[in-house]
Amino acid sequence: MPPFRAVDGIDFEFGRGEVFGFLGPNGAGKSSTMRMLGATSPVSAGTLRVLGMDPAEKGPEIRARIGVVPQDDCLDRELTVRENLFVYGRYFGLAKNVIRERIAGLLAFAQLEEQADAQVETLSGGMRRRLTIARSLINQPEILLLDEPTTGLDPQARHVLWDRLYRLKRDGVTLIITTHYMDEAEQLCDRLAVMDGGKIVAEGSPRELIDAHVTREVLELRFPADDQAEVAERLRAAQLGERIELLPDRVVVYADDGETVLVAVHGMSLAPITALVRRATLEDVFLKLTGRSLID
Amino acid sequence: MLRAWYAFRYWLTVYARTWRGTIVISVANPVLFLLGIGIGLGHLVDHGHSMTLGGVSYTAFFAPGLLAASAMQTGFIEGGGRVAGAAGSVGAYRTAVTTPLEPSEIMAGHLLFITFRVLTSSAVFVAVMAVFGIGAGWWVLAALPAALLTGLAFGAPTAAWAVGVRSIRNTQTLYRFVLMPMYMFSGTFFALSQLPRGVRLVASALPLSQGVALCRSLTLGTASAPTVAARVGYLLAFVVAGICVARITYRRRLHG
Amino acid sequence: MIASGWTLRRTGSLVERNARIYRRSLSPVLASLLEPLLYLLSIGFGVGTLVGKVPGIDVRYAAFVAPAILATTAMNAAFNQMTFVVFTRMKTDRTYDAIVPTPLSIADIALGEVASAVLSSLLPSIGFVLVMLALGLVVSPGILLAIPAALLVGYAFGGAGLAVTTYLRDFSDFQLIQLVMLPMFLFATTFYPLSVYPGWARPVVEILPLYQSIQLLREPALGIFHWDIAVAVLYLLAVGSFGLALATRRLTRQLLA
Repeated sequence: MPPFRAVDGIDFEFGRGEVFGFLGPNGAGKSSTMRMLGATSPVSAGTLRVLGMDPAEKGPEIRARIGVVPQDDCLDRELTVRENLFVYGRYFGLAKNVIRERIAGLLAFAQLEEQADAQVETLSGGMRRRLTIARSLINQPEILLLDEPTTGLDPQARHVLWDRLYRLKRDGVTLIITTHYMDEAEQLCDRLAVMDGGKIVAEGSPRELIDAHVTREVLELRFPADDQAEVAERLRAAQLGERIELLPDRVVVYADDGETVLVAVHGMSLAPITALVRRATLEDVFLKLTGRSLID
Repeated sequence: MLRAWYAFRYWLTVYARTWRGTIVISVANPVLFLLGIGIGLGHLVDHGHSMTLGGVSYTAFFAPGLLAASAMQTGFIEGGGRVAGAAGSVGAYRTAVTTPLEPSEIMAGHLLFITFRVLTSSAVFVAVMAVFGIGAGWWVLAALPAALLTGLAFGAPTAAWAVGVRSIRNTQTLYRFVLMPMYMFSGTFFALSQLPRGVRLVASALPLSQGVALCRSLTLGTASAPTVAARVGYLLAFVVAGICVARITYRRRLHG
Repeated sequence: MIASGWTLRRTGSLVERNARIYRRSLSPVLASLLEPLLYLLSIGFGVGTLVGKVPGIDVRYAAFVAPAILATTAMNAAFNQMTFVVFTRMKTDRTYDAIVPTPLSIADIALGEVASAVLSSLLPSIGFVLVMLALGLVVSPGILLAIPAALLVGYAFGGAGLAVTTYLRDFSDFQLIQLVMLPMFLFATTFYPLSVYPGWARPVVEILPLYQSIQLLREPALGIFHWDIAVAVLYLLAVGSFGLALATRRLTRQLLA
């Protein structure tokens, strides 16, 4: 059996102050890529330079200059909120008075001033996430790696978190994010790489990806379930839109002008139960590139 | 009562899967102490020709005490940590209360399980004693019910307490600060008659001291009917009191 | 190598973290003193009056047993720290997963934990020596060597314990650990001299790390200064270092997987 490759021949560069996102289904290799970037997982072949250094030789030096927000928070449960920040700073070799100064700012940043002396057990999910981000900033990193930063949070907590990430971006921190929330990718990322099976299948800004891989608009048509396949065939025969996709519950027509297509559909004396014209989104790109079948 | 039997069978099923781990504490532990302390240290004691032990070898003196102490330990573990875990938010009692089982039946089922655990592990140790030729012949068998009574004298009150405990850690604390000292000063390792009078009176009132004395006198064939009756009555009082309190505490925790 | 090397500063930061937790309260120290104290009173004094004197040794029984119980105190403090506490940090708390992305290497983490184990054997050992002093069981100024010796015992069992922990699958495996530690405690001449054993059994006892630990503490404490404590020193250094190296190797694979 050949050795398992979580990541195979991917190629990218990041610029300073940029927000770069890795999109991909579970098992696409996002987390493995993040660990390599964080200099905690060896690269078996190829070249990786983080901040101009080789992780194989300069692991501790690289890790000293980046921040990591892992998928599960891994907060130190034996310590309080403040102690979590303090002890973490000591791992980076920071002087005690320097850490104390930074903690004040980070507690404010993470809106955790009132919880400063609480045990982490007592924090809500959103608070823990903010503490994890605050913790990753204790060494004032040049690059921040965030692995699925908002997974499992409620909408309010997500928006608070996004706001904090914008502020970091504004301050010139390079953010590298993995996510499978398209809205998050669209909101936050300047540039995206869609990963699948350990490879990058597309790269660009959200707008570029939509322009390159899907049409400007999407028309979603719902017919009685029994008629859908037949309708899809007729639409294909009529060469409506650029691409037609048949889903269990609806027919999706990709077209630059959805309204025109809808008029044509009615002209074929077809009567959809519902018809919806919407702008194409990253989700359409994602599903086109990585398929619709469930990956577990 | 039939439903209590169902509850007992539940624990038996769990135990059928996990018994190997308990062998260490219930069987290996006392046998190792018997070898290391009873025989190894006994070598030095018998060398000193001490008559304090009433003329028996140190091994023969120590073994029945150890039998009682192990019964206490098994009763405490099965009535302490296991009950506290079962009564916790994800414990087995939480499932049991959604069935027709009454709290008192859940309690009775658990006591049956404690009985089973103390009886089986004590039986193994009695067999080991017999192999070592400890005791006055068949008298060693009489120590088995005495060990069971000792185990229940701790198991029942412990269960009554543990069902209301919020953290299993509390049972560990109790073990460390109450059970361990009792184990060390209940006449298992040395004769209580060696202690100064005041301390001796306190020590002999400990339930384990009575259990040790009961097991020892039966094993060595030196028991007299009145003292046996008094000791059995004393230990039985702990069992009965434990059950009475447990009926209340089980209901309070499980139907509260 | 991503995990290569250790530095004093990085290792020290983990020791500092552990010390922060350790110094919160004195009760763990008192708790780890309770059990040895009970053994000392019950067996050292209680059974001791039955024993009288240990053949070939000119002190009372309790003074013979006390240094051995001191060795087991140092052993347990370090070993429990490196097994139960570290295993909880690995599996339940995931403490190290948060440390791996920092500049600390795996070698820093392993060494930092073992160093913490050595430190955690210090206070209970000092406490037990004070108890010995109070009970009149100090018979030679050689007892002063007991403190550095206890730290070495902590190192040996800290390193060994950390290595053992990398092999544990779940908490029920601690029963197996007990199955090794209890017989070692009972048979490593804690309560009686090696001469009790028949000749063939003695080498088996002598290779037990606890036997070497007891030798290292007992002989100077009884005023015996013999070259064989050098053997004990080297042996314990080797056990601790081997354990530490093995643990580092295995943790590298487990934490960077």
